[in-house]
Amino acid sequence: MVRVYVVGVGLTKIGRFFNKGLRELFAEAALKALDEIGNETVQALVVGNMMSSSLGEQDNLGALLADYAGLGKIPAFKVEAACGSGGVAVYTGYFLVASGMFDVVMVGGVEKQTEYPTRIVSKALAQAADAEYELFHGISFTGLNALVMRMYMNEYNISRDEMSIWPVLMHKNAVKNPYAQLRFEITKEQVAKSMVVADPIRLLDSSPIGDGAAALILASEKVAKKLTDTPVEIAGLGMATDHIYVAYRENLLSFEATILAAKKAYGMARVEPKNVDVAEVHDAFTVLGFMNLEDLGFSERGKTPKLMNEGRFWPGDKPAINPSGGLKARGHPVGATGVYQVAEVVMQLRGDFPGVNVGGDIGLAQSIGGLGTTVTVIILKR
Amino acid sequence: MKDVKPARDVGIVGWGTYIPKFRIKCSKIGKTWGFPPEYHSGLIVLEKTVANIDEDTITMGWEAAKNALVRAKINPEEVEAIYVGTESKPYAVKPSITVIAEALGITPKILGADLEFACRAASEALEASIGLISSGMIKYSLVIGSDTAQASPGDVLEFTASSGAAAFVLGSRGKNTVAYFEGSYSYITDTPDFWRRQLAPYPMHGEQFTGDPAYFAHIVAAAKGLMEELGLRPSDFDYAVFHQPNGRFPLKVGAKLGFPKEKILPGLITPMIGNTYNGSALIGLCAVLETAKPGQRILLVPFGSGAGADAYSIIVEEGIEEKVHLAPTVKELVEDKIYVNYTHYAKFRGLISKFGF
Repeated sequence: MVRVYVVGVGLTKIGRFFNKGLRELFAEAALKALDEIGNETVQALVVGNMMSSSLGEQDNLGALLADYAGLGKIPAFKVEAACGSGGVAVYTGYFLVASGMFDVVMVGGVEKQTEYPTRIVSKALAQAADAEYELFHGISFTGLNALVMRMYMNEYNISRDEMSIWPVLMHKNAVKNPYAQLRFEITKEQVAKSMVVADPIRLLDSSPIGDGAAALILASEKVAKKLTDTPVEIAGLGMATDHIYVAYRENLLSFEATILAAKKAYGMARVEPKNVDVAEVHDAFTVLGFMNLEDLGFSERGKTPKLMNEGRFWPGDKPAINPSGGLKARGHPVGATGVYQVAEVVMQLRGDFPGVNVGGDIGLAQSIGGLGTTVTVIILKR
Repeated sequence: MKDVKPARDVGIVGWGTYIPKFRIKCSKIGKTWGFPPEYHSGLIVLEKTVANIDEDTITMGWEAAKNALVRAKINPEEVEAIYVGTESKPYAVKPSITVIAEALGITPKILGADLEFACRAASEALEASIGLISSGMIKYSLVIGSDTAQASPGDVLEFTASSGAAAFVLGSRGKNTVAYFEGSYSYITDTPDFWRRQLAPYPMHGEQFTGDPAYFAHIVAAAKGLMEELGLRPSDFDYAVFHQPNGRFPLKVGAKLGFPKEKILPGLITPMIGNTYNGSALIGLCAVLETAKPGQRILLVPFGSGAGADAYSIIVEEGIEEKVHLAPTVKELVEDKIYVNYTHYAKFRGLISKFGF
């Protein structure tokens, strides 16, 4: 297979944009990414998006966005894997280039949520779960995550105060990130006193609803060096799925899909967890952040909250986790999030991330669709 | 854009307020629907008025108008136009002002209409009256803002949607005016942040969309436009009264424009009575008129969803203090209250009704 590099990235700020639609957001990110490669032609477009159908009544996203961003009459299509759509879009784009069919491919991610009332957005987001066996009974996506959080805290005897370090660190990191949605610091007390969304998940345990778009330019070994002086290689990647119906899972305190995807990615890149300098992981809710670090091999089961309270995983540590602020504070424009993560890790390795810059040679991005149902792990090397 | 100053100065001759006696604490609404306490405390609204079962836009409008006429000390027959701004007309088709005018004894040689522009309709009536009086077509105009605001049970709107009315008698600036309009500036766009369709019992709203693109954008544009046209700065004003859908927004928009909260609080009544829609900013103005001194300058900016805002610069004149106690003051009406529980509130507001009657 051909080796694949990220040669350009473009991001929009994440937020609630009442004056920008799906296409405008995407074009903003796409044009920024194209700027980084001197506006060279891209040969194909893969777009990660979850809710253009359910919220925006818009299908055929590939053609719409390729046209609007002026990419020409190229092959273009949408990839959907709920909140993990972005990661799966990168996964797909990788193989378009690795196969030798294309030399330059754009991978985009875009989500537009703020035009719709919260109840409508929550319902659309819940479609990440099993419609017949879960949603039918009225549970929301937050409700499912609340079950996991309760179980995690009980099993490992973790206090509310210990859990709160995750959102506190994420908000601290996001303050400097110009693309982040929630750029303010919070305290553990504020987390503990914030509104209950689905007990024990509180408002400040949850990632916000927001709009955003991200774009990457992937290039083959042959052309990468011609397009940029600072290519970052996709050295390894893995993807796995699990029972969508949570009741079928053997263990709710670990996502097997993460373990399987990570194993593939580490093996392909020939790195171990201890080699990773920086990682962006999928912390849609506090508990997921901790569980992900354990599934990715960065930490022992049930020990992560304590370690983070002692300063592990902060900027300066190895790996530094979510210097962007993570889904919690950078924001979670659902189908775009996985693309944001890869773009952020690329910028960390290039040394030009405009927020908390931790540098490093090896980075990792983990994206999840559903409750650990679809997971991609992507390893990047400078 | 119209001229910010009318051909001849127009002023306020009398003002009046009506605030229903019944109150419900927002904590009771929150408890009924399972909201956490910080939800309504974040809105800075403690309690709201509840109109009695026999009160509506017409009765409350009449009460406020009567108080305004008492303070105006004019013969009601001299009123030649009467407008009510409301979004809760008792009849979809049939004017409210005819009932009010008849009850006040000022029919039939009058102009009049019910106006609708969400919470801003009564402000449009102020603008229209300034024009009619300034042109010499009429002598006095009676402007009423009155609403029994609706909110779907369980909607966050229920914490604030309340009932109340304010009224003003406007006339040419002269011996009997107690304040005059130095200028006004309107800003209107098609911004659908809040609406109620035909035959729908309760309004819908766009959550956060009601904030930045609607309330804040329009009020800031109108206030800045007025200050620019008149060459004024926030420091030139002694009071600022904004539309007050909750207790938080007026303080926030004031801060955006550079007004300290000390200039806003005297006219911020919503925390004690809720959002009276067409009465909202105008009751705030009544409260300020009851404490202001001659020579002081007031910024008034009503806002209505849909959306539009009008900014007025009002200068207080001699003689105002003598009129304050001719009718109940806002402070007196706010303090005169009886608490009801959610059940009574539901009955009074028609959220529940007997079956088969």
